[in-house]
Amino acid sequence: MTCFETIAAYGLRSVGIGERLLPKSDFTLCQQFTLIGSGLIWNLYFGILALAAGFFFANALAMAKASPYPGLRKPANWFIFVFRGSPLFIQFFLAYQALQLLPKAGIDVFGITVQTAWTTKAWAGALFVLFLNTAAYSAEIFYGALMAVPKGDIEAAEAYGLTGWNRFRRVEWPTMLRLAWPAYTNEAIFLFHSTTLVFFSGFPAFRQQGDALYYANYFADKTYNPFIPYPIVGFYFVLLTLFLIGLFGVVNRRLNRHLPNNQKRKIRLRPQLIR
Amino acid sequence: MFSHCADPSALSGLSWLMCYLTSGKHILFYSSFGTVLLLLAITAPVALAFGFGGAIAARSRFLPLRLLGKGYTAIVRGVPDIIFFMFFVIALDQGLEWALHQIACPDWTDPIRTGLEFRVCPEAKVPSNSSPQVIHEIYGFGLAVVTFALVFGAFASNVIYGAMQAVPHAQLETAEAYGMTHRQVFWRILVPQMWVYALPGLSNLWLILIKATPLLFLLGVKDIVFWAQELGATKTDTYAYPHGDWRLWYSLALLVFYLAFTRVSEIILDRLARRLSHGQATAAGEAQRRAAA
Repeated sequence: MTCFETIAAYGLRSVGIGERLLPKSDFTLCQQFTLIGSGLIWNLYFGILALAAGFFFANALAMAKASPYPGLRKPANWFIFVFRGSPLFIQFFLAYQALQLLPKAGIDVFGITVQTAWTTKAWAGALFVLFLNTAAYSAEIFYGALMAVPKGDIEAAEAYGLTGWNRFRRVEWPTMLRLAWPAYTNEAIFLFHSTTLVFFSGFPAFRQQGDALYYANYFADKTYNPFIPYPIVGFYFVLLTLFLIGLFGVVNRRLNRHLPNNQKRKIRLRPQLIR
Repeated sequence: MFSHCADPSALSGLSWLMCYLTSGKHILFYSSFGTVLLLLAITAPVALAFGFGGAIAARSRFLPLRLLGKGYTAIVRGVPDIIFFMFFVIALDQGLEWALHQIACPDWTDPIRTGLEFRVCPEAKVPSNSSPQVIHEIYGFGLAVVTFALVFGAFASNVIYGAMQAVPHAQLETAEAYGMTHRQVFWRILVPQMWVYALPGLSNLWLILIKATPLLFLLGVKDIVFWAQELGATKTDTYAYPHGDWRLWYSLALLVFYLAFTRVSEIILDRLARRLSHGQATAAGEAQRRAAA
């Protein structure tokens, strides 16, 4: 089997296209690169969707946390504490087991049966947990940035007659986003890193369709040689990290474009690791 | 455990629950919380020591040492840490067996790696095949501790290096002007002042370390996650205490444990930060001085 044929057979294996059986013996470097790379599709899927949806929820949460009304502030505080204070690992377990308790036959809502079986699948259940998790972490970042908006900016906005929603939309929110962006970049990177936990905790891989680490672990188990598959996943994630830094850097430049050069905020990679 | 628990099928209600929660396996579950705390108690100081060493190496004037220190901290960037955990445990184990193999059986001619397995001579097995189960468990736990210390040492090294850079340079220059040697400046001026700058990062690291402990489960140690899964799984009538799928409740208990642990740590670390800021030339120290005056 040439490397090209391997890519054709296993390149989309993680989404169920191509060869059914995983290689069992005589593992080539090409096979390992291809399969692990194909697993990366799942990491991208989880990361991109959770991040995109989580961004909006995080904004709402940050506003609720900054709200003067205890009815909004308290639930937001609790939500953020629960998701930031507990391991993501346990959150996956808990979500999977809770979703399994839903009635198997589906729930009747006004005569229409809502199916529940799909919620225990990784593509839905794990995505939901990651969405809530990243929303909590990002909300904390956005809240911190919201509190750090310079007093002078708000006073200037008021002097121009901007109040309430208009002031928030035109002055406070853009400044918050600008201040939060470097930290948010790190959050995005670590969200992508934590997607590797999905198939290790709770959510089973359907027909051996797993993420990058799932396949790396498969190879390490089969060959008893950790020195090839794990560095390959590492390599892929370094590439992904560099790509993310580039992408978020473009946004960062746009957010900072009105500032003199010496006041621009740079993105620094701060490994904030495990959830 | 209690005499009235001898026949669980005759019990009901609260007394059943009491007997259930004190069954032998539950005692093992409770003691596995001790395993987690033991891991934290060993890992935290060792990781701190590794971090300190790494930071000193990264500041060294000797280039190879500096590269080693910087490389150690840089290695954790950009790669998900769980990969390190999965990698180090096998790599350490195989490294140890390989070294022993070279010493114990130099005449062995078969290849160690055959593509499908890693085979060393029987004398080089760690721990040896004949040793009791408990030794295997201790060895597994030891590997996990070393892995945690290596990974978190790199993180700590990053934090401590930053903290050492953050100590005002004028302090060090003043010390040199008083005629202190490099070594004296380092131990008497830099290290005592560094902690207040390192504390926010180290507190963060501690909270992350707490949240990383469920990874023990992935490393094959019988920790709280293992027992929660084991005890929560559906028990048929052949068991002394039959029940349905209770894993959700056990996971919920773990969640509460972690939340409580995190909260208590936060409170203690806040106090420590206040203590360390006392008399320091930082905003927090200044605020304390003003409040007292």
